[in-house]
Amino acid sequence: MKIPWKIQRQTEWYLLFVIIVLSAFLTVVNPKFFTLENIFDFLRNNSFLGIVALGELVVLISGGIDVSFTAIATVAQYLMGLVISTTMVNNVLLAFLIPIPIGIALGAVNGVLVYYTRVHPVIITISTLNFYYGVLMFLTKGTWIYKFPPAFREFAKLKVVTFMGAQGVPFGFSFFTLLWIILGFFTFVVLRYLTIGRKIYAVGGNLEAARRAGFNIFRVQLFVYSYIGLLAGIAGFVHAQLNQMIQPNAIVGRELDVIAATILGGASIFGGSGTVWGAFLGVLLIAIIKNGLILMKASAYWHEVIMGSIIVLAASISAYQRKLQIRREKGRFAEEQIF
Amino acid sequence: MQIVALMVLLGVLFALMAFLTQGKLLEAQSFQAIAFQMPLLGLLTLAQMGPMLSGGIDLSIIATANLVSIVMALSMTQFFPALQAPFAILLGLGLSLLLGILKGFFIALVSVPAIIATLGLMIFIRGLALVITRGYVIAGFPPDFLFIGNGTVVGIPVPFLVFAIFASLMYLLLSRTQFGLELYLFGSNPVATLFSGVNNRKVVFRTYLLSSFLAGIASCVMASRFNAAQADYGESYLLLTVLACVLGGVSPSGGSGRVWGIVVSVVVLQVVATGFNLLGFSSHLASALWGMILLGVVLFNRLFLA
Amino acid sequence: MESAVNQPVSEKEPFLLLRQVSKRFGGVRALDKVDFEIIRGEVHCLVGENGSGKSTLVKIVTGVVAPEGGAEMVIDGKPYSSLRPFEAYRLGIHVVHQDLSLFPNLSVAENIASHFYLEPRSFVDWKKIRKRGMEVMEKLGITLHPDTEVRKLSVADQQLVAICRAIASDARLIILDEPTSSLTWKEVNRLFAFLRELKSKGIAVLFISHRLDEVLEIGDRVTVIRDGKKVGTFVAQGLTRDELSFLMTGKKLAFTREVMLQENRPEILRVERLSRTNQYHEVSFTLRRGEVLGLIGPRGSGRTEIALSLFGLNPPDEGAIFVDGKRFRARSVQEAIQYGIGYVPENRLLQGLVLDQSVENNLVITVFEQLKRRGLFVPPREKHAFAEETVLAFGIKVADIEAPVRSLSGGNQQKVVLAKWILTEPKILILDTPTHGVDVGAKESIYQSIIELVGKDLSIILISDEEQEVRLVCDRILVMKGGKIVKEFSPGTMTEDDLRQSIRE
Repeated sequence: MKIPWKIQRQTEWYLLFVIIVLSAFLTVVNPKFFTLENIFDFLRNNSFLGIVALGELVVLISGGIDVSFTAIATVAQYLMGLVISTTMVNNVLLAFLIPIPIGIALGAVNGVLVYYTRVHPVIITISTLNFYYGVLMFLTKGTWIYKFPPAFREFAKLKVVTFMGAQGVPFGFSFFTLLWIILGFFTFVVLRYLTIGRKIYAVGGNLEAARRAGFNIFRVQLFVYSYIGLLAGIAGFVHAQLNQMIQPNAIVGRELDVIAATILGGASIFGGSGTVWGAFLGVLLIAIIKNGLILMKASAYWHEVIMGSIIVLAASISAYQRKLQIRREKGRFAEEQIF
Repeated sequence: MQIVALMVLLGVLFALMAFLTQGKLLEAQSFQAIAFQMPLLGLLTLAQMGPMLSGGIDLSIIATANLVSIVMALSMTQFFPALQAPFAILLGLGLSLLLGILKGFFIALVSVPAIIATLGLMIFIRGLALVITRGYVIAGFPPDFLFIGNGTVVGIPVPFLVFAIFASLMYLLLSRTQFGLELYLFGSNPVATLFSGVNNRKVVFRTYLLSSFLAGIASCVMASRFNAAQADYGESYLLLTVLACVLGGVSPSGGSGRVWGIVVSVVVLQVVATGFNLLGFSSHLASALWGMILLGVVLFNRLFLA
Repeated sequence: MESAVNQPVSEKEPFLLLRQVSKRFGGVRALDKVDFEIIRGEVHCLVGENGSGKSTLVKIVTGVVAPEGGAEMVIDGKPYSSLRPFEAYRLGIHVVHQDLSLFPNLSVAENIASHFYLEPRSFVDWKKIRKRGMEVMEKLGITLHPDTEVRKLSVADQQLVAICRAIASDARLIILDEPTSSLTWKEVNRLFAFLRELKSKGIAVLFISHRLDEVLEIGDRVTVIRDGKKVGTFVAQGLTRDELSFLMTGKKLAFTREVMLQENRPEILRVERLSRTNQYHEVSFTLRRGEVLGLIGPRGSGRTEIALSLFGLNPPDEGAIFVDGKRFRARSVQEAIQYGIGYVPENRLLQGLVLDQSVENNLVITVFEQLKRRGLFVPPREKHAFAEETVLAFGIKVADIEAPVRSLSGGNQQKVVLAKWILTEPKILILDTPTHGVDVGAKESIYQSIIELVGKDLSIILISDEEQEVRLVCDRILVMKGGKIVKEFSPGTMTEDDLRQSIRE
């Protein structure tokens, strides 16, 4: 018997179409865009964004939202940086393992607070964002870390496949891109084949029904916020690898890119829907736009304007579709009620 | 009930801060500082109040205030220096209304959830500010503009007067006008207001228009106090406005909360902030503490008031 | 676990037996020494007015509240002194709530088999879920695609999914709480066929409904509760609607309308060939001044949709509405109010009142415009005085009009809704099932106020699903079905049975 795939997820196809059109356009403007080198480079550079977007996806599906993951990633990577730069332990695996429990723990705090206070998770996670980040900045005074053991430095260059570029500069498919894909697959498995994943969809679809069905809501919320914490921890490691430097203020402020990417990818902010594939495409679209702006030599200051417009536009389209759906199903009087 | 709790909190915090600062908080200078600094937070909180009463939130008030400051600054320093402060203020308030229309359009007419709409618009508006200023600070305003943030009238700081005026107007608006009454009813149950002939879209639209306008007023005080305008001033205020609203009794789900509660909670927060200042806390430590206080208030409400 | 569906039907042995069950909430006796039993494979109906103790009984059966000492509960042959919700669930007692509690974003099969997720297993076995979903649906003769998202189904189909879900997790007693309230007549018939199927599999059904016709049609036995006491359990066959109604209320409805409308009254509302896709089609009727026009038909017949259109909340696609000869475009509620149309909604708690706000503000919500006539402000003192007057005039019992409406009794809340519309001085008032869930005494007083209102030349459209009600109160009755007006009656020209017949045929 076939597994009931949901192939009719239109958002993803629209997105793919937009990505193709945009890519074609950018290639015409600057042929460098559609080279294997640029694509690999670009996937590598966006692996941080892609990994945390997977976490945000899971939170959004459950009907929540998390804006504190940037602070979690920062705290996790900073503590990792402190440990490896002071001990100079020449082991990347160890470095990789440090941020994970930190991320999970900080995420779990969010989960507990969201469950017990029943206040909108935006308010909770803005608070924890300020708290985590504020404490870190206060204690570290914003000092950068850039003294890493050699293994940590070498690891960043690790490639799964290597090609030779035209100028004799090697390039290739980065390990971090692979990590992103593996985590994407893992998240897909969690959402689709683990009981907890189905409960996440159920809670996001109808919280009261989930409660009545006997699902443990606390466990679900704890899981989703810990999960984004976990991914934020891993992403913190990736970010430190990619930059070979840890600046406490480098990540905070990029929350919205991630949320925008996930929503563009079809995750509903009302909960209950969203796919890994969509989140992947959403990140890709945001990244292509940013990359395109650079290729087109637009001033960096325009980035925010364009990002903001995209978020508002994407949210408008989704609100409009919701409106149409309600109008179709229940008539216009119900649609008026959806503030 | 809430006012009593809030007053007690104010007393306790005041005593605590006075103790920690070894009495420095009780000096006239500190009071002066509070009276000069509180209005900015107060006005921004008033701007946040309407959206929160409607059950929404406005994450773009700081961005709005900054863009308005920048436009006023440009008007005074580069484009229309001859027309001076009054014209710049008119221009700035006009812009704030325009931004309010933009927010109202997406939230009230397109029905985009306020959190997402104002999130996107926050980035958009801040982006515009960055495009205009290229990240630089615009500074050096004429004295009559600086008077708004730094002057006194019969010993009372002008920004304090501005806040007092707009808090009173807000009070009148919320408790004595059709809009205000409808806003509370809408915040509690938008379906019932719809079925009672309230024009929900109009209420929401006006809420964000009002919020933007108040952010514009706050912007005048802010630019004048700092004697400068920049794209990312005062971003830590965003959390503080939400905190002040929640602390002042505005329910995050809408429909309840009064202006006096806001006023008292803003005073509380400013006393604490001034105390932090006197104690030499860094802005980061302060922001960590704010985060913790907001969580504390929310937990307290959940555990003891619900 | 073996499915309950396969278990043999053992006659006469009760699945559930309650003896001397009492429950007190604060000072109120919700249940008083009630005996109650449900036999395997029967459809047992539970009827009673609002507040009679029906829901308390259900809560005891499902373990949500514990009965007082001295009660005896025997379920499936085993005695229990009290139950916890999950124990009741394990014993196979499942409730299908009015809101169905489904997961709209999940597939039919997944909803049906969602209890698998309660098992301590980490992995999802999609094959098993799909198989279970298909199996249960097949057994009960339902043909829905297992992969369809539930949100895409009609309410009736969703209900079947909800019942299937209970069956899938080995329900042996399914409690249906007002299951027919949002179904069309055809769908009700399908549901009944389905319930008979359950019966034949030995599953007991506790059917809670205020629709007595349906109770008599589907029920094997009917238990009637009144004021927390059991009136009795009766065999449904042979019982009439009037008898049952009398058992429920202990009273006979004593209302009669004396003065009827004269024929020559001027027309106030004319609806011409009004249509709206998927809701109603080419509806035409008129309403005269001082007339009570009944609009009767099941849910989904288009009755509420028409009313919402007249109220500006559901703009029609085609056709025209004239109020007092003027064309009314029906684009907004504000416009409807200007034309003198008011609407007392069906769901008073959600649509009619802002429960957390004051009585005062709930009353004046429709008349802010009038109150601020003298300027920008709504003067608080005048507003307060105005609300006080209104409270007096409508006999609303309230200690403090600044207290939230939530603190009022149901009957007084109802009066607040009505009052706020009368304050707009409407020409036409649409009452959407105003007596739904109201006891006989309150019913009579609502009828009385309707008569008073038309005495003051107001015209009323009364939406109802009770044949008796429209016959008693209305001057003229329109029967709606499938989005069309199928018949028009004068009350004198037909009996209740005629009317019932014309609705169902």
